Amino acid sequence: MLLAGGLVLAVSVLAAVAARPLAEWLPPLAAAWLLVSGALVLAMASGAMLGLLALAAAVRTPSVAAAGHESLRLITSQDPAPLALGVLAAVLLCVAALAAVRVAWRRAAALVAAHRGGRRLPSAGQVVVIDDVAADAYAVPGWPGRIVVTSGMMQALSADERRVLIAHERAHVAGCHYLFAAGARLAAAVSPLLRPLVPAIGYSLERWSDEQAASAVGDRELAARAIARAALAVAAAPPGRGAPGSALGAVAGPAGLRGAGEVPRRVAALLRPSPPPRWLLLSAGVLLVAACGLSVMAAALSLHGLIEAAQAARSR
Amino acid sequence: MLAVLQGAASALTPAKVREQLTGQLAYSTVVTILSRLHAKGVLTRVRTGRAYAYAPLADESGLAARRMRAVLESEGDREAVLARFVSGLTPADEQLLRRMLSEHPGMSG
Repeated sequence: MLLAGGLVLAVSVLAAVAARPLAEWLPPLAAAWLLVSGALVLAMASGAMLGLLALAAAVRTPSVAAAGHESLRLITSQDPAPLALGVLAAVLLCVAALAAVRVAWRRAAALVAAHRGGRRLPSAGQVVVIDDVAADAYAVPGWPGRIVVTSGMMQALSADERRVLIAHERAHVAGCHYLFAAGARLAAAVSPLLRPLVPAIGYSLERWSDEQAASAVGDRELAARAIARAALAVAAAPPGRGAPGSALGAVAGPAGLRGAGEVPRRVAALLRPSPPPRWLLLSAGVLLVAACGLSVMAAALSLHGLIEAAQAARSR
Repeated sequence: MLAVLQGAASALTPAKVREQLTGQLAYSTVVTILSRLHAKGVLTRVRTGRAYAYAPLADESGLAARRMRAVLESEGDREAVLARFVSGLTPADEQLLRRMLSEHPGMSG
């Protein structure tokens, strides 16, 4: 059991360290799927591990053992987990569950608000151009998803560059990328170790849409130029109060592409040829995540077996 | 109330807005609502004599978008729900992008 817990912990730390390089090296579609499913599996495995540790400690206490008709002697002889660790695990599990419920609730409320807001937007088409000198463009999740572009952004871009922008936002809407983003936040709420995965997943979703936009217009350099010029237009005429500043921080760094923010990295990626599949790296990631899930299941089965054996020993 | 202001040719005082509204609202209620909408950045106002005259700041679609953003901003989760085309730039990023645009062949077109 401690082995399974250690494995989940180690892979979570590894995922946190490797998330950003993976988002850079893997094709964006593969990176988004691997990182989101990895984050969700690791979050569930962490939660299950905490539950198992708490349960293993609980069955060792005499009153619980008596209530469950178990042989205390057999259970303590196996010593599945120390009592102090069990108490700590129970507390952590409660905190994680509360955090997950809070994030899920807030995210659902935000999605409903976005959906309602999207429906209130006039004009029948998917794309809504609003009269605003500030340069801004975003996709609103919902059914159907809408795309909002300000007139300031339209003016900053050429006709070809606008096609890139619309194709990029369409890819967000069509791919239901808000679900990936929500999954990432939920996983990070359960296990704070997984927090670095959130910006990495956000980056791979942007790259995913960039690649789709580039193939839609059939010109990677055009796509790169559209993103660069749109970003500079936003910097020149920022939308709303405090909107651009809030998104910085996570990716800001010293000069040079190594420490560069999200937008220059996206532009640079489009100026390179499209990334190779890298099956080896992808399968290594999938295997590690699967190993975590399986080892937690094995730990659960062995604890279940131990409790049953203890009950059998008592009834004899 | 917004429909009244949008339909009007010029800025309206609270008294004029109240005249054009179908429901019977108290004058003070109209003033309160107008000043709240002004505080939210939905309306502009100019002083005319003793009262302010109000006019809408944006067209209808701009207003709907602004309202939606305001709701999501209050959730504190807007960046993650609305998928933006480009995120913010640091000054270093801005310089880097300008250099990429000017140096890379095919980027300057």
